[in-house]
Amino acid sequence: MATDTTLAVRAGRRARGVGGFVVVTMLTFLGLLAITFFIGRVVPIDPVLSVVGDRATQEQYDAARIAMGLDRPMIVQFLDYVWSVAQGDLGRSISTNRPVAEDLARVFPATLEMATLGIIIGVVLGVPAGVWAATRRGEWVDQVMRVFALLGYSVPAFWLGLVGLAVFYAGLGWVAGPGRLDIFYEGLVPPVTNVMLIDAAIAGDWTVFWNALSHLLLPASILGFFSLAFIARMTRSFMLDQLGQEFITTARVKGVPEWRVIWSHGFKPIRVPLITVIGLSYAALLEGSVMIETVFSWPGIGNYLTVALLNADMNAVLGATLVIGSVFILINKVSDVLYRVLDPRSR
Amino acid sequence: MSTRDWLLDDSPATLTQANLGRAWRMFTALMRNPLAVAGMVIILLLLATALFAPWIAPESPVGQNLQARLLPPSADHWMGTDELGRDIFSRVVYGSRITLMIVALVAVISAPLGLIIGAVAGYFGGWVDRILMGLTDVFLSLPKLILALAFVAALGPGIENAIIAIAITAWPAYARIARAETLTFRNAEYIQAVRLVGGSHGRIIFRHVLPLCTSSMIVRVTLDMAGIILTAAGLGFLGLGAQPPLPEWGAMISRGRTFILDQWWVATMPGFAIILVSLGFCFLGDGLRDVLDPKQGGAK
Repeated sequence: MATDTTLAVRAGRRARGVGGFVVVTMLTFLGLLAITFFIGRVVPIDPVLSVVGDRATQEQYDAARIAMGLDRPMIVQFLDYVWSVAQGDLGRSISTNRPVAEDLARVFPATLEMATLGIIIGVVLGVPAGVWAATRRGEWVDQVMRVFALLGYSVPAFWLGLVGLAVFYAGLGWVAGPGRLDIFYEGLVPPVTNVMLIDAAIAGDWTVFWNALSHLLLPASILGFFSLAFIARMTRSFMLDQLGQEFITTARVKGVPEWRVIWSHGFKPIRVPLITVIGLSYAALLEGSVMIETVFSWPGIGNYLTVALLNADMNAVLGATLVIGSVFILINKVSDVLYRVLDPRSR
Repeated sequence: MSTRDWLLDDSPATLTQANLGRAWRMFTALMRNPLAVAGMVIILLLLATALFAPWIAPESPVGQNLQARLLPPSADHWMGTDELGRDIFSRVVYGSRITLMIVALVAVISAPLGLIIGAVAGYFGGWVDRILMGLTDVFLSLPKLILALAFVAALGPGIENAIIAIAITAWPAYARIARAETLTFRNAEYIQAVRLVGGSHGRIIFRHVLPLCTSSMIVRVTLDMAGIILTAAGLGFLGLGAQPPLPEWGAMISRGRTFILDQWWVATMPGFAIILVSLGFCFLGDGLRDVLDPKQGGAK
């Protein structure tokens, strides 16, 4: 009887937790929409003028103003905006003359490909580096890691991209240059997922695959460096907390080998908070890719955004902002949920 | 009694003496941290460079000399010359003024804004808190650079708009800190005492709540400086920040992009300046954090 009530209470609490989570996420999305709406409709002094140009007659101006719905109350305009975004309508881009949503769907896989390889590099190198620095606290390894991590906060991504191109492409010739493929490989592989590596693998065209990888390697490594710096620093700090605990001393006194103390007793408990850190840096990579894509002429969402910025193509700018913001929020919330599900203490 | 004894007096006679004593103790603690000292030296160097730019720079930052285009670094031109024959070293020196102005203005706009929003939210609580913090959380959950880009796109390119856009994206973190700090002493007895003698809400917030938030705020602002410099340089690189012929470091890198394969120094040199200054703020911020609030020491 007592267990039934506890279970019911627990189920109720969980349902409320899930409900609260959904409500908070929806509110955050609404906030994001409010910001993009504000940027698009309120900040420019006259949005009509930016569409019709300053040589339009008064009649043309008024017609455009009504066509854009700007004569209606602000709140109606906002609800209208929310409704069209909910239907996947982000307006038309003036530079590509296609719906922005279509453009974004086309360019997003390229960004995803780069950021995913970047985060893999960051995790594979960053986690062991952080653990290593924690076990050698205060020694030269630790100091080098600290400076390395601080460099990650101080080096401009676009500068590192340019230097990387000068050194590894022009100087050493280790990797291919800007773009996703060499020009004579373009269009050889039928686009299925728009992720070049996967498409080439599906088509079984390994020459294209290696060429694509060679183009991808440098920008992804540079992105990876930034997540590496952050992941290594966080891993070190979590690990130091663990290694200071009494059960670690106990394990050592019992004669457990040092590698088991570190990886089994020390590392296991920090896997859960690390997931949050990795999620956050993955989201940050999507942001960092804006600069890197511009430098590497990588046809992803960042490049699309900067081209739109230079053409004052507001629908495209806001659409890209909205998509990157949504992915950001989603990754944030998902890593939050994962943390709660995986951490036994919060069950 | 020496000045040092006066500063370290255990029972200061005046408020000024107590404040100065506290500052002196913090300063000596900071001096024991080698990285913080390095950071401080770099920032003093930046300040001196900005202040004495006309005396340090051998040439004018905008004077063109087409006979001396794209010269490699030499004794005459320490960092080489750019595509219009301008001395890059002189431009980097003058660029320190622009960088300093950007970080100072962003800090002056966003820190008080965040401080007041956070303190008001924490002090009043209830629905005021919910609305203000809801807004803060939305801003915090968005990518800063993208948001700044979108704002500049709407406002139009230019250095003033870049500063406004960066400030708009920087305040939420400060609001969070100020709120957390305010909550810890909102119901403290000395606040109730002020309330009892008839102090208004405004007086309590400005005279008794905000001053207590400043130390964690200084740490956070210093740590954020590197990010602000990078964002400003990024906007300059994309052509949305400072406009030519202003010698802004990010914009200079962007000009050098075309020559990166043959005349590497045009794009590389301003980058070193950005890295040096950002590192300086990181080092100082790390050191300040250890001194001002040891409980938050991330790097143990």
